[in-house]
Amino acid sequence: METLEPILAAHPFFTGMSPELLKLLVGCASNVKFDAGDFISREGQDASEFFIIRQGKVALELFSPTHGAITVETLEDGEVMGWSWLLPPYRSHFDARAMELTRTIRFDGKCLRSKLEADHHLGYEMLKRFVKIIAERLSATRLQLLDIYGTRV
Amino acid sequence: MLEPVVEIEQQVTFKQEQLQTLFTVLQKRGYQLVGPTIRDGAIAYDELNSTADLPVGWTDEQDAGHYRLARRKDAAYFGYVVGPHSWKKFLYPPVLSLWKANLHKGEMVISSETSETPKYALIGVRSCELHAIAIQDKIFLQGKYTDPVYKARREKAFIVAVNCVTTGGTCFCVSMKTGPKATSGFDLALTEVIDGKCHYFVGESGSAVGAEVLSELAKQQATAEEQQAAKDLMEEAARKMGRQLDTTGIYELLYRNIECARWENVAGRCLTCTNCTMVCPTCFCMTVVDTTDLTGHNAERTRRWDSCFTLDFSYIHGGSIRNSPKSRYRQWMTHKLAAWQDQFGTSGCVGCGRCITWCPVGIDITEEARAIRAGDKTDKATKAIKEH
Amino acid sequence: MEPVFDSKAAPKEAVPSPMAPEIFRVEKYRRETHDTYTLELRPASGTGEHRFKAGQFNMLYTFGVGEAAISISGDPSLPNHLIHTIRAVGAVTKAMSKLKVGGTIGVRGPFGSCWPVQEAVGNDVLIIAGGIGLAPLRPVIYQVLAERRKYGKVFLLYGTRTPDDLLYRGELEKWRARFDMEVLATVDRASSDWHGNVGVVTTLLKKLVLDPNNTVAMICGPEIMMRFVAMDLIKKDFGLDRIYVSMERNMKCGIGLCGHCQYGPTFICKDGPVYTYDRVIELLARREI
Repeated sequence: METLEPILAAHPFFTGMSPELLKLLVGCASNVKFDAGDFISREGQDASEFFIIRQGKVALELFSPTHGAITVETLEDGEVMGWSWLLPPYRSHFDARAMELTRTIRFDGKCLRSKLEADHHLGYEMLKRFVKIIAERLSATRLQLLDIYGTRV
Repeated sequence: MLEPVVEIEQQVTFKQEQLQTLFTVLQKRGYQLVGPTIRDGAIAYDELNSTADLPVGWTDEQDAGHYRLARRKDAAYFGYVVGPHSWKKFLYPPVLSLWKANLHKGEMVISSETSETPKYALIGVRSCELHAIAIQDKIFLQGKYTDPVYKARREKAFIVAVNCVTTGGTCFCVSMKTGPKATSGFDLALTEVIDGKCHYFVGESGSAVGAEVLSELAKQQATAEEQQAAKDLMEEAARKMGRQLDTTGIYELLYRNIECARWENVAGRCLTCTNCTMVCPTCFCMTVVDTTDLTGHNAERTRRWDSCFTLDFSYIHGGSIRNSPKSRYRQWMTHKLAAWQDQFGTSGCVGCGRCITWCPVGIDITEEARAIRAGDKTDKATKAIKEH
Repeated sequence: MEPVFDSKAAPKEAVPSPMAPEIFRVEKYRRETHDTYTLELRPASGTGEHRFKAGQFNMLYTFGVGEAAISISGDPSLPNHLIHTIRAVGAVTKAMSKLKVGGTIGVRGPFGSCWPVQEAVGNDVLIIAGGIGLAPLRPVIYQVLAERRKYGKVFLLYGTRTPDDLLYRGELEKWRARFDMEVLATVDRASSDWHGNVGVVTTLLKKLVLDPNNTVAMICGPEIMMRFVAMDLIKKDFGLDRIYVSMERNMKCGIGLCGHCQYGPTFICKDGPVYTYDRVIELLARREI
């Protein structure tokens, strides 16, 4: 039976990670598919997992009662979604919704956390990669905030 | 009537001709008779002058999105069920001027007109409708703020109930425990019996004034056979219900399924035309409309029936909360069958079937409830499997 | 039908129909920001009072245009001064913004549930306002400060879009100057003239040391803001019954009879607008409710 290892190895997020560490991670991974319109996570709900998007498109949404769902970001093939699993109380801050058929690899947060605690080398490798993503998103978000195409800037 | 129901007295029988006498007695007492009459191809509720105005010898054929009149073989006065109107038309008028105001040198003055409260005799009120009136009584008379117009009209109204001996294709009063027999909330209750050449009414009074009115008719005590005949007819009607709604745990079922797939399915059909809310005897949503005349000095506030199916019903600055038709259908059905219980302690549905008949695309609340229940079972089963 | 109500003729004992407004006169008009203004009103028929509880609202009527549900933002202990801070966002509130001192306006109310000013006695009080949300909370601040000894610590966190959108700046500065109240303000963005905080209002929470078991939190602002603030409070172990929010929906009658303000099984005009969070947490998680 084919494991997810080769798929993880090929994914940009795991570039540079040794096969031994990847082997540790695979135990927490599973293939999950979402149909268009499915919710992957809901604001305020438990979200103790993260996803690597293999193929598809996910919208991070906030729902406004008068303006409906506002998409704050979209994520596509190759991107990583979700870091609520790293920080208690492990709850999602947004609604994440599959915009089209989306195939993901899901990592169980609880499983991962225990592995990261047990092996700090693995922990450092993972957090290094997450910090990079979070930093990029933060910069992007600040730019978005500026509303640069509006009339006030 | 609003006084506690007087012990329902012994049943009496009177010949069908006495129905006209009943009309005359009520008219002499100053009542404007309102009740079923044929108009625009349907049996509507409107002013009646004599029994000739009733749909004598007519019946209705009803199904989802379907209503037709048909001739009966007999000359029954009440051989049909309910049409597009309900009694809220008289007790809770669709358009009502609340007050007028004028602006004179920057000063606003408000004045209400006092007009005579109509004294209605509601003729031919079905059991489901009695329940609907009782439900509206709770809304308009038992909250912190009451509706004075409803109260005045309600207090003056005389109710002649009619027990159903035919069943409509969309009726489900048995499921909602609201009929077919009228048990309370009336001044008089009649059951029409046509037995070969005999055409008579078995009647009972449900209030002091009802008893007074009844005493002016030529009647005799109902025999055991006559009472049984009436009872048999009602039981037959109860057996022939056109629809059925399983109310077991419906409250929890709907709250559990706020996001089930069925709502999307209904939304594909629902036109949000608001027919269902207009014909529903318990729907009470209204709006206020403020207008001025061309001078700009005179303004008026009018109250009108409204419907949760309209897009602006839930509009606040920025947009409407219930933007999608799906959310609006869900709001209506969940309110009618579940939230109503939280708000008023009863179901909001009396099983009259009007919403099913008058929906242009034939959406059937009983079918939707069934589908949601079926979907709920599947979800539960799937969840149970996943947990293993 | 309804009794005749003429502001000049009717004695004060006459109970007006709940659908007919009382006439009030504009005593003061103050522009707060580019789209927000405050009206101070007095009953046109002399010495009448308009008693209310913090959190309640009135239906304000502009002649010929219509009514809007507006929270009362004055001091409940001064019932002779009815104060409303209003944001001009629609036909009615825009028409109302053109009123002049001496003009007349219709008032129906007060309606609705109130902030837990009494329940909070003996507790720390955490008031979190966003944008115009400070207006319905100002009566709470007045009441708490009037009986300051009855409460523990008092915090006001206030966030707006830009510094120009801050309401009641004079009062904010007065409150901030007190030694028995902590006031933190923030804006979503600002030019370099602003030397205060920039960031969403939830970022202010981490500057406070809170005792979740002895604090009552009152939040008012856009719905998304209230959801996120509540989420952060829950992360800090606040019980759902210690968090209060003020909800808003379309209103027509204000008295529970028109059906417009239904929010789940509740009516915002009578079960709300102030709710404990446990009552609304599931409703807030659903779309289009």
